[in-house]
Amino acid sequence: MNLRSSVDIITEWDIVAARQLGRNEAKDVGFGTVDQARITTAISELARNIYLYAGKGKIEIRQITDGNLKGLLVIASDKGPGIADVRKVMEDGYTTSGGLGAGLPGVKRLMDDFKIETVLGEGTTISASKLLR
Amino acid sequence: MEEEKDDRFFQIMSNRIVDNTVREFGELMISSLTEDHDTYTAKLNDFSVQIVHYGWSISFVLKALTNFTEIIYEKMDDVENLDEGNFQSYREILNNWIIPLNHSIVDAYSVVWEKTVSLQKIALQELSASLIPVFEKISVMPLVGTIDTERAKLIMENLLQGVVKHRAEVVLLDITGVPVVDTMVAHHIIQAADAVRLVGAKCMLVGIRPEIAQTIVTLGINLNDFTTTSTLQKGVEQALALTNRAIVEVEA
Repeated sequence: MNLRSSVDIITEWDIVAARQLGRNEAKDVGFGTVDQARITTAISELARNIYLYAGKGKIEIRQITDGNLKGLLVIASDKGPGIADVRKVMEDGYTTSGGLGAGLPGVKRLMDDFKIETVLGEGTTISASKLLR
Repeated sequence: MEEEKDDRFFQIMSNRIVDNTVREFGELMISSLTEDHDTYTAKLNDFSVQIVHYGWSISFVLKALTNFTEIIYEKMDDVENLDEGNFQSYREILNNWIIPLNHSIVDAYSVVWEKTVSLQKIALQELSASLIPVFEKISVMPLVGTIDTERAKLIMENLLQGVVKHRAEVVLLDITGVPVVDTMVAHHIIQAADAVRLVGAKCMLVGIRPEIAQTIVTLGINLNDFTTTSTLQKGVEQALALTNRAIVEVEA
């Protein structure tokens, strides 16, 4: 099974659309309320990063299977400025926008698996997945 | 010709309202020819309000107009003694009628939509952040729905104005109805609480659902400076205790 769907992030309200989609997909896979909240919050963080730093991009949500386990993969991609120091953005409390600086490290903790691919001046793709246990 | 146009409508939708609306649309088209500008504009606006209300799409209405034009062209082919010369002038007359009609319908339709959207926006704003004085010195702000940047600003403003106006000493922010608390929402709440502290009141965060509590902890958001409770009821009890009061049962 490889169902996929995506939301383009252009305005602030698209963030709401993205996490609504995420919540529905998470429910569909069979995640409980706590994991639903985790996935929705992670999507919210990723979508907001796109909106704040790249201007526009895309959130893609796929249902995945790993062995016997079902799960959800969230891919946030943009063609924004890229991240100069990946190690730094993964530190708690590091922010360039005056926020809390808990976004990306938070997403890493909320999900099981977390990957950043970024090229300066070309964009960033973040994939994060969570399996149903 | 009017009849034929009606037939095409019925192929797409069928109910009693369609019948009336189609007749009105026909009258409207004739009105644009026979009546003066003001009467026509008034009729057009009424019609637009109605189709928006029914939820018909603008392309549907415009398609009817295009179909109507096509039918007229078809009929013109059937008419005898129509040569190249006066066909051209008939076409001009028809275009001078249909094209402005087309534009005015699109305009009227979009005006009605813009009005609907802006009214809803105002309604949403009114709902979004009101501070309610529940006891002397205690006020509650129930937050329901998504918090975006615009709303966060509104929350801050209403909170500070309300605290001063109601002379509140304790303010309870109720987030029972907030679906997602991410770092941005948390950040705004922390800022609002800091500002409330500056005007001399205490801010409590109530209505934290279990899943939200877990997410906040995982995200690593520090809410240690807050008094937090799971329900509004517990929050009110604590707020009363803070202002040296309590709710007691009275024996009858």
